[in-house]
Amino acid sequence: MELKRTPLYESHLAYKARMVEFGGWEMPVQYSSLLEEHNAVRTAAGLFDISHMGRFMVAGPDALAFLQYIATCDVAKIEAGMANYGLLCDEQGGIVDDIFIYKLPESYLVVVNASNRSKDWEWFQKHAAQFNVSLEDASDRWAMLALQGPRSEEILASIPEVVVNDLAGLPFHGVVGASIYGDDAALIARTGYAGEDGFELFFDSSKAALVWDELLKAGADFGLKPAGLGARDSLRFEPGLALYGHEIDADINPYEARLGWVVKLDKGDFVGREALKQIKEAGPQRRLAGFEMVGRGIARGGYAVHNLEGEPIGHVTTGMPAPSFGNKALGIALVQTAYSKEGSEFDVIIREKPVRARVVKYPFYKPRYKK
Amino acid sequence: MAFQTPENLKYLNSHEWARFEGEEVVIGITDYAQDSLGDVVYLELPEVGATFAAGDLFGAIESVKAASDLFMPVGGTVVAVNTDLLNDQSPINTDPYGQGWMLRIAPVEGGEDKLLDAAAYKEYVDSIAH
Repeated sequence: MELKRTPLYESHLAYKARMVEFGGWEMPVQYSSLLEEHNAVRTAAGLFDISHMGRFMVAGPDALAFLQYIATCDVAKIEAGMANYGLLCDEQGGIVDDIFIYKLPESYLVVVNASNRSKDWEWFQKHAAQFNVSLEDASDRWAMLALQGPRSEEILASIPEVVVNDLAGLPFHGVVGASIYGDDAALIARTGYAGEDGFELFFDSSKAALVWDELLKAGADFGLKPAGLGARDSLRFEPGLALYGHEIDADINPYEARLGWVVKLDKGDFVGREALKQIKEAGPQRRLAGFEMVGRGIARGGYAVHNLEGEPIGHVTTGMPAPSFGNKALGIALVQTAYSKEGSEFDVIIREKPVRARVVKYPFYKPRYKK
Repeated sequence: MAFQTPENLKYLNSHEWARFEGEEVVIGITDYAQDSLGDVVYLELPEVGATFAAGDLFGAIESVKAASDLFMPVGGTVVAVNTDLLNDQSPINTDPYGQGWMLRIAPVEGGEDKLLDAAAYKEYVDSIAH
């Protein structure tokens, strides 16, 4: 299959990115060094091309009713100019995708994972039949950049071509109309997925390369670096932000994934509600646990987890040497609930050998969002 | 991107190099390998005295984003291990053919047919790199 490319493909090459396949897309995994890019986001700022993600517009009289029906969160509680994290679940309570819902003046914008874009679009269309809504796949019309890190606000505020009313006053998860390099229909949201303050920018895809270059130029003095999917993964891993295909998937339910807070069973009917209610009442059989390696070795996604008697109890969903913790080997595992408590010990099977690991406080990194 | 592939070394297409020095062979990973991995943060190497056949798995190397197996370009017995690398792996990235060496082997005959010369390895890297 031909890999898809974002409008910034040529820019990534110009910035000497190493390109890799991700969810059917040819994307930059790193530019200079994953560690440098990770540290830039934690201490200054990083710029990510996330145009590969899906952007669906939902409008019409039943827009709210439709989203209430397909999402697990309470969409009615999202105020205009705000965004919320949500899940799409199937009838069995398995996770179809995790999403962000932005409430705009006349419509909702839903951002979905790149790897699930076509599956989600079909899911939306299938369930829209019984509602008076209009759906638009605006993914290609808009480019999307994530400017993440503690200096993001200073950087945006320093650019005269980015015009937005009261950027400093934009709250965590707020979204506002903006003008970005002449695109007067752009959006700026105080959202992101790195566990830091930061913004996501939505603007006309024809301006993608211009905005990318100008932001990096303007941000250079603040320590801004282009950042790839490698850093995006380590940055989301440390604060325990789920990645589809790892911590969440069609055969993992929200309670197992410690995302019960995203499921509002009392908001009315929605897809998966009955199954989720039963799962919650019975208690999840498995649960995500954050662990540190006690023995020498690095756990990686997919490695088996055994109890101390050698019986299989689950698997690692993500693991790596965590850059914000001096490259300490940390991991997240989906294990039988009894083994998910802080202090529990189990073995991760690394190259066929059991290596001891201990469950620690999760998430590892406390996010530093705008208060 | 131009990766260094010194003429005096032999290579495996799993990106290890071997330098024949008199009675011994020095082993490490290539410039292309270190660049693909990114910053190396973990290394597992065998002990002195361990014996391997050519092509055997002898260790593991990991960066933040990936783990990779290490394979023997030649068979033989480990006579020295670069233990400095167990604490600080950065020479693998900065000097893969020098300070980043991993093992010194007393080789035995056999299994050399998989070894590539510099030109053949360079051609292989060009074919897989962008």
